[in-house]
Amino acid sequence: MSRDEPDAGREWRLTRRRAVLEIRARMIQALRRFFVSAGYLEVETPARIPAPAPETHIDAPPAGDWFLQTSPELCMKRLLAAGYGKIFQIAKCYRDGERGDRHLPEFTMLEWYRPASDYRDLMAECEALLPFVLEALGRDAALVYRGERIDLTAPWERLSVAEAFRRFTRLTPEDALRKACFDERMALDIEPRLGRGRPTFLYDYPAACAALARRKPTDPDRAERFELYVSGIELANAFSELTDVDEQRRRFETARAERERLGKADYPSAEPFLAALGAMPPAAGIALGVDRLAMLLADADRIDDIVAFVPEDL
Amino acid sequence: MYTASDLRKGLRIKIDNDPYVVTEFNFVKPGKGQALYRCRLRNMINGSQFERTFRSVDAFESADLQEKKMQYLYQEEDKYCFMDNESYEQVFLNREQVGDAVNYLIDNIEAQVLFFEDRALGLSLSNFVDLVVTQADPWAKGDSVTGNQKPVTLQTGYQILVPTFIEEGEKIRVDTRTGEYLTRVKG
Repeated sequence: MSRDEPDAGREWRLTRRRAVLEIRARMIQALRRFFVSAGYLEVETPARIPAPAPETHIDAPPAGDWFLQTSPELCMKRLLAAGYGKIFQIAKCYRDGERGDRHLPEFTMLEWYRPASDYRDLMAECEALLPFVLEALGRDAALVYRGERIDLTAPWERLSVAEAFRRFTRLTPEDALRKACFDERMALDIEPRLGRGRPTFLYDYPAACAALARRKPTDPDRAERFELYVSGIELANAFSELTDVDEQRRRFETARAERERLGKADYPSAEPFLAALGAMPPAAGIALGVDRLAMLLADADRIDDIVAFVPEDL
Repeated sequence: MYTASDLRKGLRIKIDNDPYVVTEFNFVKPGKGQALYRCRLRNMINGSQFERTFRSVDAFESADLQEKKMQYLYQEEDKYCFMDNESYEQVFLNREQVGDAVNYLIDNIEAQVLFFEDRALGLSLSNFVDLVVTQADPWAKGDSVTGNQKPVTLQTGYQILVPTFIEEGEKIRVDTRTGEYLTRVKG
């Protein structure tokens, strides 16, 4: 096609994007190398599934009678239950209605699980992963994103959700939940201030905010969940995984009831997952947004800039 | 009716019977939490602005605006003059009301001028506008990150990134919704 054809503008945009897509490709190759050399098995699970995990605010796009996965979590946990040990996956995931500077309705997730571990082990693994990727890209131990220098030297900041609310709002997490403004305070007052100068692990969420996480043995009102932030960007979400079948079933029912109250689609119960969960060893699991990591490494302001195509291009 | 998921920059909605335009828009969603739609809104009548965060359940009526096809005539200080070619009626818009369209306003260009109860409040242009490149520096092959692009100045003074093969005096097509270069126009 000649460069003067009507689509030349779009073609040119792709040409322009090539340098960034090369960074993205090298980053994904480095992620694979990290996990393979750490003894993880790379797995693939179906993107189209009959019963997504019910979560109040995450909507799976329908695909025929089934759904597109919002994360590969349930199938990967069945592999854990079958004794696969340390596993990782780089998977396309789908979430209806999520479109913004940091959201695409189809995105790429890096998800990994390690048995006989809890969320603190995953924090340490994140502290090793990011410097490994940076080194693979020929960078030094500091990331510069939008002019801000982020020092990746371990240990990174560890900040509890309760402390973050104390520091950045006038509410406790429990007050915020009662007043139904937990998400607003988190998104508007807390998240933009995290991961400044060095990454932040925001940890120990109210149990109500973690449908698939284990409660803290020493504080059952909190769940062993953390989110990783870099320069105000939420990069990863991790749990010490819940392995109690009855409690998991109750939490799914709570989420389904909440979805029904909000007029959202109901999903069938994920019975094969619940049947397998009893055999799952204690484990920790984490999902990291590959596109967001590419944004950080390519110094991109918008998620649109680190993928070849966004929905609006198609 | 619009829902929160329809919100985007440039959308015009009615709040307390006044027309508002979304001037900035951001979708935010804390991990596992609910979607929030952060907007900066400008009252199209008095120009006052404020920020508001909406949730998925919020709904809006569209602003009651009438569109009239008019032609851009000239600029006089902060005022931009448009004329109805049939009635010869003329209206003025200020710089704020013209907004980003100022980058594409060439003499005699056709615009859809927006009216609210007979008051001109703003305008829309067609999605694509052809403009002449009035200044383009000769291109030396640069670093790989900026790739095959260079900044040029268009006849309206608008600066834009274009492919390196574009030269001074050429005409290019610009997408007025994104402000980006689309293609070279022959002739």
